[in-house]
Amino acid sequence: MTDDLADLYRELLMDHSRDPRNQGVPDRIDRRAEGDNPLCGDRVTVLLELEDGRIVDARFDATACAICTASASMMTERVRGLTIAEAARLFGAFRALLTGEPVPGADDALPDPDLGDAAALAGVRRFPMRVKCATLPWHVLGDALGPQAGAGAGA
Amino acid sequence: MSPFDVHAIRRRFPILERRFAAGGGPAEAPEGTGLVWLDAAATSQKPEPVLRAMDRFLRTSNANARRSVHRLAGEATDALEGARRRVAGWLGAGEDEIVFVRGTTEAINLVAWSYGRMTLREGDVVLVSEMEHHANIVPWQIIAGERGARVVPVPLADGIAVDLDALERLLAHERVRIVAMTHASNVLGTINDVARITQLARAAGAISVIDGAQAVPHGAVDVRSLGADFYAFSSHKVYGPTGIGALYGRRDLLHSMPPWQGGGDMIRRVSFSGTSFADPPQRFEAGTPDIMGAVGLHAALDFIDSIGQEAIRTHEADITAHALTALAAVPGLRLYGPDRPRSKDRIGVFSFALDGVHPHDAATVLDTLGIAVRAGHHCAQPLMTRLGVPALLRASIAMHTTRDEIDALVAGLDRVRELLG
Ligand SMILES: Cc1ncc(COP(=O)(O)O)c(C=O)c1O
Repeated sequence: MTDDLADLYRELLMDHSRDPRNQGVPDRIDRRAEGDNPLCGDRVTVLLELEDGRIVDARFDATACAICTASASMMTERVRGLTIAEAARLFGAFRALLTGEPVPGADDALPDPDLGDAAALAGVRRFPMRVKCATLPWHVLGDALGPQAGAGAGA
Repeated sequence: MSPFDVHAIRRRFPILERRFAAGGGPAEAPEGTGLVWLDAAATSQKPEPVLRAMDRFLRTSNANARRSVHRLAGEATDALEGARRRVAGWLGAGEDEIVFVRGTTEAINLVAWSYGRMTLREGDVVLVSEMEHHANIVPWQIIAGERGARVVPVPLADGIAVDLDALERLLAHERVRIVAMTHASNVLGTINDVARITQLARAAGAISVIDGAQAVPHGAVDVRSLGADFYAFSSHKVYGPTGIGALYGRRDLLHSMPPWQGGGDMIRRVSFSGTSFADPPQRFEAGTPDIMGAVGLHAALDFIDSIGQEAIRTHEADITAHALTALAAVPGLRLYGPDRPRSKDRIGVFSFALDGVHPHDAATVLDTLGIAVRAGHHCAQPLMTRLGVPALLRASIAMHTTRDEIDALVAGLDRVRELLG
């Protein structure tokens, strides 16, 4: 086993991909978005229940690789309870982790957001061809949240 | 002809000298793992003579073809037309029946936009098979949509080959104008019975458009004995460069067809009161052609013949037999396509699923071992739907593939299962 691979397919990632959290549907579907990766055909649907601008419940459905499935599972766990702006900021931090680019808005003096389990996806950075697999669920989440989420997430 | 020596052949492909750092890092590593190129169906690697021919053309003869009277223009025109003659020979066609295009995709679009647009009427049908590449589906959908015609899929028998009985039934019950089908499948590896397909089409008054992208790399074809009205292929899959390919069109059909793009080279006379068009094939070649690509394609076909088509076929059949046996022994592996190695029935393309492992994850693990395979829908989403899988892994061989490389793949699949299974 090579180190980069072991770092990529860590236990935590495999655990989330074999036993994904938050599949299914929330009690009430307020937002829904679907996205796919035309390169590989992976498909992710995100369903949200919102209340007062906060994500009360986040669920997903995916036909996707281990990285994408685990990322969706970790993401839905982490964004529960967040405001739309907080979730968008988290996506910015997540993307920065994967690409090595600076966190958008990092100069606004807030501490870097805590990514939770999603931080375990840092190993994807060594596999540029797979970054899109990890970010797809977040893009779909961004679409579900609408234009308000756009700014923090970057283009 | 000297006996087929795969190691001597491998030395003709510079890219096979590439070494990768173990573990998938991007850096070069002289002592790292070698490249195991099992993605030949996506594109072939280029042998030295192809690289040299293109380099020599640019260094010594570069000019625009068909435009000026100076000597270099003559040499460039000769290079282009020499390549056309070579391709015509490869397909058993006349020179004037070969149109240079960007590749298979553009060839099919040309037929759709020129022939399809001219002939399709409300209620007409274009038949395609369920195993087609998107390149042989989407152009027909676009043109059919514009003309009020329909694209109807012909099902597969056992998920492996075009169901000829179903084809016959559809030809009898629908007003079919065009039958567009692949010679060899880029997913299943199946070689379809093209002679029979074109015969059935002709008997029903339809013309045939055959996608030869995966068949031509495995040997010359004879469009006349196949009975094809149109036949398309891409240079980059036959050891030539990207950016060029050829469309064969039956002479009388090409003459009956309007241009699909306008510009230089495709005209006879231009005035503001009216323009007349050149004869085929120039009628369909607007603009400066890819002369360097034509030179490379010419060299690629020469290279194949210098090795010997029969010798390559025999070698690839041996690797195919070995691969089918080796893959069948991998636990949890399901092969999609013919499981017999007869080279008349299949090419060396092997698509498979691994229980519990997504193809992308498997492909990433293999990549860290230097093994390049394809993972995904292979531009054949309707076929994926038909097979009931979201994606597949695909290993595809070339003349330079060795048994050791197949063994490396199988060992790599063991690692995949260890890690992800
Ligand atoms: C069966 C088949 N048809 C068509 C194509 C399209 O070829 P190109 O992309 O070179 O136009 C391919 C290759 O991608 C193929 O495998």
